[in-house]
Amino acid sequence: MSLSQELTELKTSAVARINSAAADVEALRVKLLGKKGELTALLKGMKDVAPEERKAVGAIGNDVRQTITSLLAAKKAAQDAEKLNEQLAAETIDVTLPGSTPTIGQPHVLQQIIDEIEQHFLGLGFKIIDDTVDSPEVETDEYNFERENLPKDHPARDMQDTFYITPEILLRTQTSPVQSRALEKHDFSKGPLKMIAPGKVYRRDTDDATHSHQFHQVEGMVVGENITMADLKGTLLSIMQELFGEKHQIRMRPSYFPFTEPSVEVDVSWNEVTPDMSPEDIEWIEVLGAGMTHPNVLRMDGIDPDKYSAFAFGLGPDRFAMLKYGVDDIRQFYLNDVRFLSQFERKGN
Amino acid sequence: MKTSLTWLNEYLNNAINLDEQAVADLAERIERTSVEIDSSATLAGKQDGLVVAEVVQVTSHPDSDHMVIAKLNIGENDLTQVVTGAPNIEVGQLVILAKVGAHIINHESGELMAIQAANLRGETSQGMVVALQEIGFDSKIAPKAFEVGIHIFNKNDGVHPGDDALEVLGMNEPVLDTDLTPNRADMLSMAGNAYEFGAILNQSVTTPSFELVEYDTPADKQISIKIDDAKLAPKYALRVVNNVTVTDSPLWLQKYLWNAGIRPINNVVDVTNYMMLTYGQPLHAFDLDKINDSKINVRLARDGEQLTTLDKQTRDLRSGEDIVIASGDEVLMLAGVMGGQSFEIDEQTTNIAIEAAVFNPSLVRATARRHNIHSEASARFERGVNWDATFETLDHAASLIDQLTGGQIAYGQVKAADEAHQDIVLSLTVIRVNEILGTSLGLQDLIAIFDRLAFNYQVADDKLIITVPARRPDITIEADLIEEVARLFGYDNLPVTLPYGPTTPGKLTVRQRQIRASRHIMETLGLNQAISYALTTPEKAQQFVENTDDKVVTLDYPMSSDRTTLRQNLLAGLLEDVVYNVNHFVHDIALYEQGRIFVANGDNELPTETEHIAGVLTGNRATSDWQEHKTARAVDFYDIKGVTESYLSQIGVENIRYVATERHDNMHPGQTADIYTGEHYLGFVGQIHPKITKPQKLAPIFAFELNLFAIMANITDHTQYSKISRFPQMSRDAALLVDETITHAEIEAVIRQSAGDKLVNITLFDVYEGNKLPEGKKSLAYTLVYQDNDETLVESAVNDDFKRVTETLVSRLNVEIR
Repeated sequence: MSLSQELTELKTSAVARINSAAADVEALRVKLLGKKGELTALLKGMKDVAPEERKAVGAIGNDVRQTITSLLAAKKAAQDAEKLNEQLAAETIDVTLPGSTPTIGQPHVLQQIIDEIEQHFLGLGFKIIDDTVDSPEVETDEYNFERENLPKDHPARDMQDTFYITPEILLRTQTSPVQSRALEKHDFSKGPLKMIAPGKVYRRDTDDATHSHQFHQVEGMVVGENITMADLKGTLLSIMQELFGEKHQIRMRPSYFPFTEPSVEVDVSWNEVTPDMSPEDIEWIEVLGAGMTHPNVLRMDGIDPDKYSAFAFGLGPDRFAMLKYGVDDIRQFYLNDVRFLSQFERKGN
Repeated sequence: MKTSLTWLNEYLNNAINLDEQAVADLAERIERTSVEIDSSATLAGKQDGLVVAEVVQVTSHPDSDHMVIAKLNIGENDLTQVVTGAPNIEVGQLVILAKVGAHIINHESGELMAIQAANLRGETSQGMVVALQEIGFDSKIAPKAFEVGIHIFNKNDGVHPGDDALEVLGMNEPVLDTDLTPNRADMLSMAGNAYEFGAILNQSVTTPSFELVEYDTPADKQISIKIDDAKLAPKYALRVVNNVTVTDSPLWLQKYLWNAGIRPINNVVDVTNYMMLTYGQPLHAFDLDKINDSKINVRLARDGEQLTTLDKQTRDLRSGEDIVIASGDEVLMLAGVMGGQSFEIDEQTTNIAIEAAVFNPSLVRATARRHNIHSEASARFERGVNWDATFETLDHAASLIDQLTGGQIAYGQVKAADEAHQDIVLSLTVIRVNEILGTSLGLQDLIAIFDRLAFNYQVADDKLIITVPARRPDITIEADLIEEVARLFGYDNLPVTLPYGPTTPGKLTVRQRQIRASRHIMETLGLNQAISYALTTPEKAQQFVENTDDKVVTLDYPMSSDRTTLRQNLLAGLLEDVVYNVNHFVHDIALYEQGRIFVANGDNELPTETEHIAGVLTGNRATSDWQEHKTARAVDFYDIKGVTESYLSQIGVENIRYVATERHDNMHPGQTADIYTGEHYLGFVGQIHPKITKPQKLAPIFAFELNLFAIMANITDHTQYSKISRFPQMSRDAALLVDETITHAEIEAVIRQSAGDKLVNITLFDVYEGNKLPEGKKSLAYTLVYQDNDETLVESAVNDDFKRVTETLVSRLNVEIR
């Protein structure tokens, strides 16, 4: 048998052996193509081939090597793929089982409302005053009442029953006194004063579902030249649309506060308002009090009411949270029941 | 104030449309222009089928001794038979019949019920004879005469069998109940309401009129008045009416009162109330013959004086503070608040004195508050009455009493004080109005508004010079006038703008950012934010405070013993939160709170407020039910310490030291550390003392409380890029057997001091304390990592460095290298 015949036979048998190989093909590769392998052994016979035939036989030898090499590679790839599939099958898990979640704490729901209000007003160029010196929770009667145009025998003091510590020191009943403290420090050469003051306030109330002796307020004030009631309306519309949604509207109704004149109560529409809606279909909910700062208040704070005008408003985060999330008992905010707190995830805020 | 629109129409030139939709629209306009409306209703409500019936015959019921059979004429051909238990029914009376098919309000349930024909012990009853209380009258309003039994019309009332009873009783009058703000004194009268509603509806107002016929007998011979201090009553006058006959008022007068929510009493008292409702000027009528020496003294109460008021309560008067009307040593009434029972007008009264006055609003308010009597009179005096109407009201009242009681008005008012009302004149420019409101109104617009309000004014160039009417004591300055313009122009019509002018940066201060970052870090570390009450008990206020010498802030007059004192620590509140949760079956708790603590200073100084941040962990660290083996683990000291470590590192406080401490009484003495940065104390971390948790059957609670001010004062940011070495690291492990008393901090310090400059990291990877070790020993294992930034480490050099470390540990801390 000539060498070319032997090579052709090796090719045939190698193809058969590779195709039927069940185990790892590496051993087979060594056996066929290795230094001591069958092809190498045959090609050693090249030296006995007639010189004029060597080229042709050599070509056959190359063909055999190439065929075996590529077949082995294909076989190995097929075997690897099969092995991987087996492994993947073995590793299959129930992806619907619950994940191991790292615990993330939530800001308190009242904090979330306050954060939202703060973000909005920062965007409008307001500053936030909430530090212990300029916005103390324990206040003097002077700042809490007298500077707010509520002298000692004023009837409206009845509206705000107060926790007194001494006849002159009390727990603040409103965040309004922050305005006076801010105005005393403000330098009008640097522009108007635009501020909000979020914080805790206290009233001498018996705690029940709708009353709490401790709650939160965000006082807001803008003082400058040419500040108008139309500006107040625009400012309040923008914050209410921030909190309740773009399609909600506000209405202002006359009211009375000693520290503002004119004074208004502000209602927000509970439903979304569309242009084709008739007025009776809008349900209004009272949400806040506001007005143009009383000239007496400005004067007591050293501001000339003929030169500067101002508006002020008071937002109630507790009330907003109750309305927005349907919380029916204000005491929930201060019990810190984990089942309550964890209901209010940030949801992109 | 309950305002009958039917009554109001007497004063308006064009009557208000009283149909239901028109009334609802008016209520809405009032809410948008003046005050809130509490309710818009009629006394009748949805009741119907009520007629006036004449009792023609009353016979006893054959089968009952407490019911009778009555035959009634209701203006139809046939008489109607009813069976009734009314004790006061008699032939000839005009009564109210709820016919079969009528609907009346059940006074217990408040629900509407239908009247059906009934058979009562064998006798048919075609309806029900009713009392006012059975057809929607509050028992506080229904006249006392018929408190027991059915309502009986007076013969002179002009009602006839078959008349619609709801109509003749005035029960179909629409009544708006206004919820007044404290400034709107004017709206406590029908006259004031006429002006207000007239302004809204652009209608002019006709004020009430009357005729006064005086007799020759002079009033000042019958009574004299002395006022101790002009400040008590700037206006005061009496009128005397002689020979009155006190009886029930006619129906027309009673209707006014009960639609206003006031009970008819008798023709004298009813007139004073009617006049008060009309003008807003409270009046009081005394029985002249009960005043001993005919001398009236307006003065402050004296020591030990008492008065039994009309509500039958005996009150100790406040000497020098309550204004009283007295006769010698006898107090007749609390001026402007409530009369005394002994001087009440009753059926025997024949001579009366009627008082009209203006009392000092502050003193009346203080008296009303002190004695907790908030009467119709005090409500009006506190807010301020119309000085221009005081004596007119008195005359109008005398005239009506004269008419209704058959008495004679004695000659003249007995006037003891008559201070003139100081007119307030204000000027208002168009420019100013537009500057404040952001509107573009013209002079004619302002004129139109003040015409509607019926204010007197003069026009001068672009301004109005306005004389404020005395009925509006709430208007004293320009801003008050601008409010009148704003509300009558309509807030709905105001433009919507945002403030413009110089730009101001909206940004947080450094401290504000740090406090907000502190909260965010706590949340990232898995703690939910809590907000607890700042008021607590004195014990809890100082529960976790090291220095209990710091004075607490205490309320002068607390609401409850649980909330008397401002907190000096946040942990006590968080501990209450934990207890609440555990009691409600929540056991795995991770909470933090950021808020203020309060330390008292001098008596009339504000306390010092300091921001703190505190946290608690209890129960299991994390729960993953089906992977419990992996995650469920009770929290321990190192979990809470990890929170403080991460927090302080993230917020930027360096060189933190944890120093074991036993000084916190309510913390576990073996599991608590004080936290310092350098020499600055920041707070503490540890386990809440079992003496607190054990008795309440609580699992161990781990907690920290830090002073945020101390933290913020020590925040540094030295962050600089450090080059990442491209040369390989080498590590060496050391297992050390040491005395139990030696701390990790000590070992770490020795390693760092002796390691040389190639050491880049030390990791404690094992701690073992157990019975396989000699008594009093523990084993700690560390990995030391070496690296050089500039070259590959030489093995022998690392070996030398490591050897130096182990030798130093042996010599300094007497460790044994295992």
